[in-house]
Amino acid sequence: MTLTEDEMTQTAPDSTLEIGKDRRRKEDQRLITGRTRWTDNLTLPGMLHLAMVRSPFAHATITNIDKSAAEASPNVVRVITGADVADEQGGLPNAWPITPDQVTPNHPPIAVDRVVFAGEIVAVIVARSAAEARDAAELVDIDYDELPAALDLKEAAEDKVLAHPELGTNKSAFWRFDSEEAGTGGNVDQAIAKARTDGIVIEREYRQQRLIPAFMEPRSTVVDPTGEQITMWSSTQIPHILKFLLAAVTGVSESKIRVIAPDVGGGFGGKLQTTPEEFITFLVARQVGKPVKYTETRSESLMAAHHGRDQWQKLTLSAEKDGTVTGFKVELLADLGSHVSLVGGGVPVLGAFMFNAIYKFPAYQFNCQTVLTNKTWTDAYRGAGRPEATYAIERIMDELAAELGVDPFEVREKNWIKHEEFPFTTVAGLEYDSGNYEAATARAKELFGYDELRAEQKRRRDAGDQVQLGIGVSTFTEMCGLAPSRVLGSLDYGAGGWEHASVRMLPTGKVEVLTGASAHGQGHETAFSQIVADRLGVAFEDVEVLHGDTMVSHKGLDTYGSRSLVVGGEAIVKAADKVIEKAKPIAAHLLEASVDDIEFNAGRFSVKGTDQGLAMAEIALATFAAHNLPDGVEPSLDSDATFDPVNFNYPHGTHLCAMEVDTETGEVTMRKYAACDDIGNIINPLIVSGQLHGGLVQGIAQALWEEAVYDDSGTLVTGSFVDYLLPTAADTISFDLDHTTSPATTNTLGTKGVGEAGTIASTPAVVNAVVDAVRHLGVTDVRMPCTPERVWKAINDARGGAQAETVGAAAPHFDESTGMDGTVDRTSGGN
Amino acid sequence: MIPAPFDYLAPTTVEEALAALGQHGDDAKILAGGQSLLPVLRMRLNAPEVVIDLGKIHSLRGIRDDGDALVIGAMTQHSVVEHDPLVAEHATLISKAVEHLADHQIRHRGTFGGALAHADPAGDLGAPALALEAQFVIAGPAGTRTVAADDFFVDLFETAIGEDEILTEIRVPKHTGWGATYEKFVRVAHQWPIVAVAATVRVEGGTIAEARIGLTNMGSTPLRARAVEAALVGQPATEDAVRAAAAHAAEGTNPPSDLNGEAAYRAHLATVLVRRAVLSAAGTT
Repeated sequence: MTLTEDEMTQTAPDSTLEIGKDRRRKEDQRLITGRTRWTDNLTLPGMLHLAMVRSPFAHATITNIDKSAAEASPNVVRVITGADVADEQGGLPNAWPITPDQVTPNHPPIAVDRVVFAGEIVAVIVARSAAEARDAAELVDIDYDELPAALDLKEAAEDKVLAHPELGTNKSAFWRFDSEEAGTGGNVDQAIAKARTDGIVIEREYRQQRLIPAFMEPRSTVVDPTGEQITMWSSTQIPHILKFLLAAVTGVSESKIRVIAPDVGGGFGGKLQTTPEEFITFLVARQVGKPVKYTETRSESLMAAHHGRDQWQKLTLSAEKDGTVTGFKVELLADLGSHVSLVGGGVPVLGAFMFNAIYKFPAYQFNCQTVLTNKTWTDAYRGAGRPEATYAIERIMDELAAELGVDPFEVREKNWIKHEEFPFTTVAGLEYDSGNYEAATARAKELFGYDELRAEQKRRRDAGDQVQLGIGVSTFTEMCGLAPSRVLGSLDYGAGGWEHASVRMLPTGKVEVLTGASAHGQGHETAFSQIVADRLGVAFEDVEVLHGDTMVSHKGLDTYGSRSLVVGGEAIVKAADKVIEKAKPIAAHLLEASVDDIEFNAGRFSVKGTDQGLAMAEIALATFAAHNLPDGVEPSLDSDATFDPVNFNYPHGTHLCAMEVDTETGEVTMRKYAACDDIGNIINPLIVSGQLHGGLVQGIAQALWEEAVYDDSGTLVTGSFVDYLLPTAADTISFDLDHTTSPATTNTLGTKGVGEAGTIASTPAVVNAVVDAVRHLGVTDVRMPCTPERVWKAINDARGGAQAETVGAAAPHFDESTGMDGTVDRTSGGN
Repeated sequence: MIPAPFDYLAPTTVEEALAALGQHGDDAKILAGGQSLLPVLRMRLNAPEVVIDLGKIHSLRGIRDDGDALVIGAMTQHSVVEHDPLVAEHATLISKAVEHLADHQIRHRGTFGGALAHADPAGDLGAPALALEAQFVIAGPAGTRTVAADDFFVDLFETAIGEDEILTEIRVPKHTGWGATYEKFVRVAHQWPIVAVAATVRVEGGTIAEARIGLTNMGSTPLRARAVEAALVGQPATEDAVRAAAAHAAEGTNPPSDLNGEAAYRAHLATVLVRRAVLSAAGTT
């Protein structure tokens, strides 16, 4: 069943229910005012502070470190080099070796004798204040012998220069999925060969530029080693995984470690990491026996917190002349940066199942080579693998439509899974449980005014207007709600994908909910409160959601991959249901009725056919007092549940973008953005809107603004927000959003993830629109971000008759230093 | 983001400030709002021993009418200039440029004179100051002197202000009744312009009687597009005439190449933006 929002409103949802209400987020006041426990706000008695000395070179041998001046600096307690702790510092973990023969360089938190990216930590200052630590950091005198650096992804893949010479190769792992081998489809090479004779073959190469997650709160860690346990506060998405890995790497008993992620100011995947800074802070605190804090600067964050994306995508799509796709072959190069970080190698693998998207392709092959370079390591960034896949397929479907001279929706409709075909097993082997691409598309076109804008586009083309109009389509889907543990096991991931919850009934009738899904801005406290309020029939305000402290919510797998609601929320439902089941015999006993005659409805246990009943709060108090409980019944309603999903879930949507392109300057301006998403049932529409609007801007930013650029010595040129262009509200327009509803069948709430949807969907819609605006001039691609200069050059090149060379298919190796001569450093002037 | 240690002085008069500057010389930096200086200090790209904050010198704030000129105190915040009716009426070009300078927060902290003294060729105020032929009043140990805009901007981040001197006010000749447009080309709203054009023209009976055009980020200093100005005078304010004149926009410029565009692209942008700015200032579009 699929309903539009309007239709749903007409069905008049029960106003007594919390689920579906536009609840404003209960956590926002403290988060927005900052009157809360950000990690950097913590000050402990006797606390020491760290500053990091980082390598200015991308690849160099450390020949000497003179730390005497730094050690003599006021209030410096200790100066630590990699050599000082070489035997005890351990190595940072890689939790997802994607192949058994993956080449994985050692990853010491402090470089010992060689640095492999600009920004790597070489020495650590421990001082009584952060300012004194920073002052002393300037005084560490380090001699380096610079080595050739592997910077360009394609060249690195050819092993021209080695990022880690001792490994003998930059190639870390090669991972393939082939539908013929998997038994999920045919032979892709045969399909392509056949299409070369009697069909159509579209070949393209796309660049997924490197991005920086740029979360609002820079990373911060405090470690207190005093007392029986070692406590770490950290600005992380993954307190539970961090606790486990701290124990695994350092040998400290897991039971002696407590990790707290207090309020965390955003992550976008960028805090799905165990960092050198965390391990160093942990190590130093244990060495000095005092609390220690490290908070990175924004410059350090941009340089050394993990980056995202960074792929070359070579794509071959074969189709019959009527637009029916017969095969899709993907060949990826993925830039890991200097190390294989926590799940960095697995990010492209998460995309492997999504290149076929919403389509019924008979044959599919995915090949990925992960490559080491001397740049900051890459890992999860909002969408992690799925935006890359979605970009590739949605861009090339537009190319197919252009080749055939048909509307982009025509090729999509011809190839997509029809709503009556769900559940549907894809050529990548996933079972999509529900969806309705027809309904979402119809609604999106209506919101957008598709036919009117197409008519306007034609008028402007015919008139040869200086500002042309383009329309971009993205009919995305994604797999989220990470993840069925068995599937993760089959992909050699190092952990499961379940989530844990506890529901505690307090004697006063209030409810404490403990979740292992640790929020970093998503609004868990509000959405989970709504779920529990409905389930237990208590007031929304009476529910307190606790998370992010391994001593409080002792078990969990944290927050990423749009999993919190669909996995964590389901665990909460199951725990709440257990509370009800535990309360029933107590209610029956107190009401002097048989358990079989007890009904639970809207927070009240009642005896069937009578007006006798007790509220949940009354049962809670009676259970606490335990004066009069049935024999053999424990005096507790508290319940735990751990939920392991049986499947991913598959939000989808149709996104439409209209871009105006000034053919004289290349300037691109968004005219309209409309989308209809299907994320199943919605707990809190306001939070969903927030996720979608923010997600859309983040995806649009990849299309238009953001790119991490290194110069040819391996220095990050976009090392501040002067050059790494984040959009603000001034750069965006208001989006027209609606949703259709195909409830997920794999959780009782019928919900699907929404945290990454906007980001995954929007990037190709924008670039498709930019290209569409100037395709009649001969442009077939503009590399991201679509800067005015790139658009202008693409138009000029096309007008110059060099159509075959317009970026895309025959793009030369990306020279990362292009255009960097004569750069003015805005931050180095002074007068 | 912690600066190296420095001493902080907050004089309340220009004389005190000059004395402090004379005493500390090279070791001192002037703080005039801090929107450029503070990031430099916090990123430890510079480490002066003394910072002299002009923020307490009230005589340096404010805008006054001085007959044929407006006088803008060097420490007047951008937000004050932005909303000042005198500026809007007599130096419209400055109003238009300040309106889109950086963002609200910066416009409330940053100062008119501070930005001009910083002399970033990508700053939004240099080109309007050139186009309006502003005069820069500079105080030093020997008294004050006045420098014409043409002589004020020396090189990248370098002005005619001596090491022992302080910019106190900017005299802007009134351009009452002139049309004005600041055409700023950016990728995101808060960034420095890739190229911007400050154009102000006086139109008489459909003919351009006078035209002044400043260019932002087309060289190591803000520049004046004199060839365009000369070509415009006496021409009708029409698309064709202005297009022909604007073709000279990049003459004598030396634009930078960076992530936002190579020099050749900036040169192209200059011709387009000059045309658009002049037509808009002349009321043709």
